[in-house]
Amino acid sequence: MISFFTSHSKLFDQLAINALLALSLSVCLQAGQLALAQAAFMGIAAYISAILATQAGLPLVPCIVLGALGSTLAAMLLALPVRGLRGVFLAIATIGFGEILRIVANNLHITGGGEGLSQIPADANTFAIYGALIVVGLGLFGLSKTKFALAIALTREDETAARGVGVDTAGVRFWTLALGGTIAGIAGVLYAHSNFFITPADFGFGRMEQILVACVIGGSTSAVGAVVGSIVLTLLPETIRFLADYREVTNGAILLAVVLFAPQGIAGLWQRERRK
Amino acid sequence: MLVQQLVNGLVVGSVYALFAVGYTLVFGVLDILNLAHAAIFMVAAFTTYALVSVGVPLWLAFIGGCALAGVVGIALDRVAFAPLRKRNAGTLIPLISSIGVSIIIGAIARGIWGIDEKHFPVALGDAPPIHLGGITVTAVELVTFGAAIALMLGLSYVLRATALGRNIRAVAEDRIAAVLLGVDLEKTIVMTFFIASALGGAAGILTGLQYNSVTVDMGAGIELKGLAVIILGGMGSITGAVVGGFILGAVETLSVAYISSNWRDAIAFGVMFLILVVRPRGLFGKRALRAA
Amino acid sequence: MTHGLELTGVTVRYGGVTAVREVSLTVEPGAVLGLIGPNGAGKTSLVNAVTGIVSIDAGSIALAGRRIDGIAPHRIARAGISRTYQNIRLFGALDVRTNVSAGAFTQRAVPSELALRALLARVDLADVDLEARALAISYGDQRRLEIARALAAEPRIILLDEPAAGMNPVETTRLTSTIRTIAASGIGILLIEHDMTLVRAACDAVVVLNFGEVIARGTPREIAADRHVIEAYLGTDEESA
Repeated sequence: MISFFTSHSKLFDQLAINALLALSLSVCLQAGQLALAQAAFMGIAAYISAILATQAGLPLVPCIVLGALGSTLAAMLLALPVRGLRGVFLAIATIGFGEILRIVANNLHITGGGEGLSQIPADANTFAIYGALIVVGLGLFGLSKTKFALAIALTREDETAARGVGVDTAGVRFWTLALGGTIAGIAGVLYAHSNFFITPADFGFGRMEQILVACVIGGSTSAVGAVVGSIVLTLLPETIRFLADYREVTNGAILLAVVLFAPQGIAGLWQRERRK
Repeated sequence: MLVQQLVNGLVVGSVYALFAVGYTLVFGVLDILNLAHAAIFMVAAFTTYALVSVGVPLWLAFIGGCALAGVVGIALDRVAFAPLRKRNAGTLIPLISSIGVSIIIGAIARGIWGIDEKHFPVALGDAPPIHLGGITVTAVELVTFGAAIALMLGLSYVLRATALGRNIRAVAEDRIAAVLLGVDLEKTIVMTFFIASALGGAAGILTGLQYNSVTVDMGAGIELKGLAVIILGGMGSITGAVVGGFILGAVETLSVAYISSNWRDAIAFGVMFLILVVRPRGLFGKRALRAA
Repeated sequence: MTHGLELTGVTVRYGGVTAVREVSLTVEPGAVLGLIGPNGAGKTSLVNAVTGIVSIDAGSIALAGRRIDGIAPHRIARAGISRTYQNIRLFGALDVRTNVSAGAFTQRAVPSELALRALLARVDLADVDLEARALAISYGDQRRLEIARALAAEPRIILLDEPAAGMNPVETTRLTSTIRTIAASGIGILLIEHDMTLVRAACDAVVVLNFGEVIARGTPREIAADRHVIEAYLGTDEESA
């Protein structure tokens, strides 16, 4: 059993990081914000920590703190200009933000340009990664018991009615975006410190699409759904390895199937069963 | 020199415009951002390449590629969007649906043609460049620009002067009213997808010809740039897509010539972000921002 | 100084259109003021201005003497103004229980089961299934649920925007007594309505708007006989079936 884990430890690390990323998006989706900049936040933190680790020899925990701080600040800065945008307009603006950052990273000397940064110390072991996931998970669980969680749900359901009952919806949108930035940042640092090298392409629209797909498959309006979706998305390519060339088609087909037949996602299906 | 750059910009812009028109048409009629548009762009290019490789004359292969793109567009709607229409599914779900289809299309294309870059057999690429009063254009560029303009004019004619065009505009304006007035909604939507996808496919074929390169991920770059164009032009506005495409083409070409090529793509996204912050409806967009 | 809602010379402009022009009215605690007028007269714009969704271009809006124009909507809600909407705005996917509790968002404590039931009883929804999804209950129940949500905030003033729309005469009569009971508890009500039977039965006074201006004020009986009002409605008698 142990050997199963150790031989697949890279996969399980990936799983936890994907779960963190899905959680970071889920927080925004739960507030009704289609903010697709999590991959960019991940990248900001990854680069900050990679630079700090390789140039200043900073150990993992301070790297996480500073990296997440950077991504959170970036999220707060982004929240301001996009505060009036909704729906697909918000999505496009945040995608644009991500693309601009990717191109910047491609061209700056300090980020290593297109070749990225390498020789990042691999000090993020499985315990650290899962430790972070548990901390974030507990934090979000605690959050779900507060009034802020109700404010998030009300903002998502109907912003006008929410303001009508006294919810500061602008504040909800700001803080959920910031929180998404923090969680994505944590994931970014862990990614950098378990992958030896990072390039701008790691944090582009392709990654963002994956995170979005994970959230939707699992169930876009719950944290549990985000985790379930990321598990499915991470493990699925492995379990259908035998399908070899048909893997991608199957991925797409499964996504389509979930969207068409289980719009609440896989977690939503389970909830429906429970209610019966 | 400036004029030469502008001419180059117009050629680049004409393809952006053609691609964006398909994007914005679907958005205007259905409120859906179709992220499989770029996959159709790619498939059309491959189809034309495949046809040319077996000896079909270029002009016929072009039509074949566009037609196939149109059909794929219809299939896309039937499989991924039509079932959701009945459910009143919001903005996120159809977007994800389109991602699913684009993954499938990409995978199928990769399965059929592999990941290598394909080249068109020597045809237009070898024709000597034409010199017109100090400006140089290649035959490919001329054909690209001409074809793009012709297709966009064709679309304009269809929208203005045919019953189908009237129906499309009616549905885009107010779906419920259009249905009440007797417009066959499903048929109109199907035709919209056919036209939009055929145009997107045409853009793909022209791009493939222009750079003499057809690869499975040739859609990746234009997918996001297309977004910038329709935001600049205004979501749902055909005129906006055309004007926006040309503006972006010109600005990009000029910036590459006078600033640097590394930041070229950032210009598109920077402009796009600025527009969204300052004037979200773009140049010609009519629909007010759907705030809560 | 009134303890209720006071609008003085309120003007609201959108682009080139003046939707509301120098409207003054007062809603006293415990009283029901009707706001009627043809479609497009500016009634909903006025209500949107009171709740802060739309900003005013002139005049003032005060609650218990304190200016509330120019303040963010969620703060106005906290100050003690609740509303219902012309097109029902419930928290659709959430259950009845959460919808009512949501109304009490500004209160310190979450309402107890007993308190929720009591609130629902005040709007004639004593037997509704608390676990049901808000959009799954009947249309009439949804309208009343919106009122219950508005009540949950323990407001000083409630703005009801066409609460009888789509209701049959039996439901409308029940709604009349609901409105009078709410007013009797000390809450001031501004009632926008087209249903004149409801207006006559529920309102102490009525203000008539046309093209954004006040064209008449008085008791329901007085304004029914007012020449300007009759002209504004193009002579059609607004008796409901």
